[in-house]
Amino acid sequence: MPQQITIAVFSENKAGLLHRVTTSFTRRKINIESLTASQSEVPGIHRYTIVVEITPEDADKLVHALEKQVDIQKAFWYSNDEIIYREIALYKIRAEAMTDGSPALEVVDRHHARILSVEEHFTVIQKTGRREATTQLFEELEPYGILEFVRSGRVAISRPMKELKDYLAELKVASAR
Amino acid sequence: MSTTTKPDTSETSSPSNRITGSEAVVRCLLEEGVDLVFGYPGGAIMPVYDELYKYSDQIHHVLVRHEQGATHAAQGYARSSGRVGACIATSGPGATNLITGIADAMIDSTPMVCITGQVPKHLLGSDAFQETDVMGITIPVTKWSFQITEASEIPEVFAKAFYVAKSGRPGPVVIDITKNAQFGELDYQYERCEVVKTYVSRPDVGRNELQEAADLINSAERPYILFGQGVILSEAEAELKALVEKAGIPAAWTIMGLSAMDTDHSLNVGMLGMHGNYGPNVMINECDVMIAIGMRFDDRVTGNLEKFAKQAKVIHVEIDRAEIDKNVKTDVALVGDAKEVLSLLTPLVNENSHEAWHQKFKECDAMEFDKVIQNECSPTEGMMTMGEVIKNLNQHTKGEAIIVTDVGQHQMVACRYAEFKQTKSNITSGGLGTMGFGLPAAIGAKLGAPERQVIAVVGDGGIQMTIEELGVILQTDVHVKIVLLNNEFLGMVRQWQQLFFDKRYSATEMVNPDFQKIAEAYKIESKRIDDRADLDQSLQDMLDHDGAYFLEVMVGKENNVFPMVPSGAGVSEIRLE
Repeated sequence: MPQQITIAVFSENKAGLLHRVTTSFTRRKINIESLTASQSEVPGIHRYTIVVEITPEDADKLVHALEKQVDIQKAFWYSNDEIIYREIALYKIRAEAMTDGSPALEVVDRHHARILSVEEHFTVIQKTGRREATTQLFEELEPYGILEFVRSGRVAISRPMKELKDYLAELKVASAR
Repeated sequence: MSTTTKPDTSETSSPSNRITGSEAVVRCLLEEGVDLVFGYPGGAIMPVYDELYKYSDQIHHVLVRHEQGATHAAQGYARSSGRVGACIATSGPGATNLITGIADAMIDSTPMVCITGQVPKHLLGSDAFQETDVMGITIPVTKWSFQITEASEIPEVFAKAFYVAKSGRPGPVVIDITKNAQFGELDYQYERCEVVKTYVSRPDVGRNELQEAADLINSAERPYILFGQGVILSEAEAELKALVEKAGIPAAWTIMGLSAMDTDHSLNVGMLGMHGNYGPNVMINECDVMIAIGMRFDDRVTGNLEKFAKQAKVIHVEIDRAEIDKNVKTDVALVGDAKEVLSLLTPLVNENSHEAWHQKFKECDAMEFDKVIQNECSPTEGMMTMGEVIKNLNQHTKGEAIIVTDVGQHQMVACRYAEFKQTKSNITSGGLGTMGFGLPAAIGAKLGAPERQVIAVVGDGGIQMTIEELGVILQTDVHVKIVLLNNEFLGMVRQWQQLFFDKRYSATEMVNPDFQKIAEAYKIESKRIDDRADLDQSLQDMLDHDGAYFLEVMVGKENNVFPMVPSGAGVSEIRLE
């Protein structure tokens, strides 16, 4: 059964590499639900965190197809219970909806969201959490008028304790054979 | 023309060697032992061509007539010689014309480096004349690709490109070089690439897995080896033979594995796949242990996966980890270079003979001979058949020739009936099935193995896709023998239309030109025959002729290739008629 799967791809940061990564998905007609590029804990190593809806069998194949790319060091896939993950969402709300005692403010409080910025004409709310939580807040704020909304891709930390640098050390030995 | 002498490169790496990027390109090629490139000039690659002119005593440039021809020629060269094929094209249309050959090399694991010119760096993204996004287009069909925008990048990128192309599971690499990088200068110094830290070219096979595999083989009653091109690419022919003979295991080749073993070896049971032999297909569902070596379980080999070897324990020897469990679930994966894995595995397996098991293949062979082979290879009336041409050809070549095929019925027939006594003797477009592959690949194959007889077996459809490459034969005097099996149809598609589309021959009948006049125009000795009485002597004349030769053989228009595993059927549902 297809399920939500998070793929972590580790590589050096080079032009064209994202194309090589995404090609592995598009040629299999796997839709990318979210994609985040960032540094990793290892200097010089970049990571992509990609969320897709596929079967574990396909995830295995995809990870091996990614890993065989010359410039990609490692790729892993995780089911949701193997990771701690979050997204960040920003909501731009009309200023007059966010006055003292307004129901919108009460919604923000109840969701433990933050007021990130108060400007003359609008207020920006920040909410960090899982997709359901940021979506729930969106739905509850919608009646007050959301001028702009953006949500980041998923960022995820894996539960297994083996560190990337250990994998990279193994790779260094293997590549020098 | 000499294409085999390696240039002396001992003085080309001295430090503080200030040269242009374009000269560096040529010197990098020399460092990698390249003495032959296939290509076509154009605006954005002119500085490199100017250097090729200066270095023409060290690098022979073969001017093809279309860039697609350059890629297939480079493929043919790579596969007959075991070296990396190299080709050069200009930006834009020059680069896009390479794509078919690059995709072919990718799926058939052929080591190739393609160099494309590109507009100057400051014009990238401006829709400049003959600008196209070569990286964007080639990334999905290359093992690796890189765009060079500064001259100083050239040596390192070239070294990596050649290492990546030929190591591990080989494949095509594209280097796109902007014109400013060709004109720019660098302090040239070349170091060959031995390792890429993000890439494992030679996985270390697990010792436990080796023992598990050996235990499975030793306990097997009906073991069966399927081998592919991985055996040829890793030069594991002797190791394969040693395993096969020691353990007495019948071995079948995929289309890409052809010639890795002698055709007449008693344990070579023939070809797998849709138009393979009857026994090798049927026995897939009878064996108890399957040992797949350097092959990737292509759908044309497996047929319906739900009906493929479900009863068997599967051992998969494969250098590319991504192939393990991709199509067929493996019980023991031996991830590594076939030569290394087999040399470690064979000492662990017991001697055996499995006589009764071999007998089952022989029974199938007899059935296939009666129902298919006899009629196909020894007809006495009607038009000539493709099979009898190949059988007759075998008698002349004694299995010593390199057979290059195009794609279609003639390809299947040639692969079924051609006999081989030397490795690297079958060059065909297996994975991509690229019509037009045959003629340019044969040209490349001949240049890669000038001492060998190279015979291009082509159809009337495929040859017209790259027939312009006859110009290379004219200009470069390549002694390729061309056997055109002309049935005036796109025969394989027509066969499917007959069998699966109620004989609606949609767009498969060919109104052909006078091929003899075309051959004559290119000053190639030629002959056309339609009587089987002339076949034997005509083949002899072709092979005796000191030069290229074009022999057109008119064959039956509506003959079919059998056996056949219908699309979607299981391998044991193979049809003999």
